[in-house]
Amino acid sequence: MVTLSSDSRPIIGRGPPLGLRFFFLAVFSIVVMVLDHRGGYLETTRSWLQTAVNPLYAVVQAPFQAWDWLTGSFTDRAQLRAENTRLNDELREARVKLLRFDALSEENRRLRAIRNASQGIGERTLIAEIVRVDVDPYRHRVRINKGSDDGVFKGQPVLDAFGIVGQVTRVDRVGSEIILISDNEHAIPVQVNRNGIRSIAVGTGDIHRLSLPFLTIESDVKPDDLLVSSGLDGIFPAGYPVARITKVERDPSETFAVVEAKPLAQLDRSREVLLLWFEKSTEKPATVDKPAAAPASSARATNAPAEGASPAAPAASQPAPPAAGATTPASAASAPAPAATPTQPPPQ
Amino acid sequence: MSSDGRSNGLRITLTTIVALIVAIVPLPEAIRSARPHLLLLLVIYWSLSAPRIAGLMFAWLCGLAIDVLKGTLLGQHAAAFLLVAYLTHKFQLRIRIFPIYHQTLTVFMLLAVYEFVVFWLDGIIGPAVTTWLRWLPVLTSAALWPLLVAVLDTWNRGRR
Repeated sequence: MVTLSSDSRPIIGRGPPLGLRFFFLAVFSIVVMVLDHRGGYLETTRSWLQTAVNPLYAVVQAPFQAWDWLTGSFTDRAQLRAENTRLNDELREARVKLLRFDALSEENRRLRAIRNASQGIGERTLIAEIVRVDVDPYRHRVRINKGSDDGVFKGQPVLDAFGIVGQVTRVDRVGSEIILISDNEHAIPVQVNRNGIRSIAVGTGDIHRLSLPFLTIESDVKPDDLLVSSGLDGIFPAGYPVARITKVERDPSETFAVVEAKPLAQLDRSREVLLLWFEKSTEKPATVDKPAAAPASSARATNAPAEGASPAAPAASQPAPPAAGATTPASAASAPAPAATPTQPPPQ
Repeated sequence: MSSDGRSNGLRITLTTIVALIVAIVPLPEAIRSARPHLLLLLVIYWSLSAPRIAGLMFAWLCGLAIDVLKGTLLGQHAAAFLLVAYLTHKFQLRIRIFPIYHQTLTVFMLLAVYEFVVFWLDGIIGPAVTTWLRWLPVLTSAALWPLLVAVLDTWNRGRR
């Protein structure tokens, strides 16, 4: 039985009645929700609030950091030497690959110059650490410890050593929230590396599974195909590995095949991720007005790069609200067929 | 009187901060979805025990803090907290004298109302997660209620 504190006199008769207060606060909550959901009018407010609660994140973080520091400072010499050898080996291998990469990227640049398309050149990266807090077991969002003070902007692509992790959805001063590609509100335009077939990989809410709902049963995909980002959304740079196809099921009576893929990035394991600044395609896509047939959100995703003008000012170059960009809600993505194709600028 | 009110305020603040930390502290994968809504339990407790300090506004702010911490729609959890606090305040004179098992049952229902409101708003703003695991925190939180009451009552009596 709850003890009654001495100060708890009846609340009736003091101030406005309970029902009235409830009514006002309820209306206020609804107004706040509508403002936040419909217009994104509360971006700055949220960013301030988020900065204000940041000490709480720091408190939760502290024991883990202390543990990391302890284990880091007391590892023995043999272990360090073994690790050093391993890292040296990896570095050597990577160097050898880089030798070829330099030549290839130069060749690529020249070819692109011929085709008058510049994309994926001039990249800058920043390592961010994933803050160890659980926000919601059902939404694949994580917090990282870099915010607008470090130049992070909304819609920024996030990678790890194996592939694309997700994109930044919210930024405050000292941290930001990223949505993983496996979140069921996220979709990323991809293409099959083998033959260039474009599609959209939609998150399923399962961290090991993406789904590609817009591939017809005739399309040439098979298990073990590598999916890379196609860069058509103007958010993710082209050519980064995203996932590997695990399952293709073709039912002749259906229009679309059931295709599933496994993300390559270690979404559940990596502690450090890479924030990427890349120079977006400077040429404007030929059309800005999309035909009405295209699903609204992917049409908006298409137009995003047209507006994201100057890569030099990353913070300013992200016009798209969270719903736009590659974060197409699954409901919108289920609209008319190959949502992948509307992102393709028609030939002039 | 006033000093008592102040110490109560201090206790409310302290417990709230602890509950906020519990809301975001990383848990092992296996028990993640069973994380109890400690903050909501505290809101119910303080609404019963110190209704003049922990009013509807307090509940609303707690909910907003959850919204900010978890990155959900601003006002979503705030509205759910508000509804629970309203019901608690409305029936506080009755709930307070219930025997503990009866009280736990009431709290269980309040938690279910909360979870339902959150779920419902989730469904309005987008594709909601429909797994049954979602309702597990209602059970774990209700199971925590007798313990919470025992601990906080002892603390309150000891300080008085």
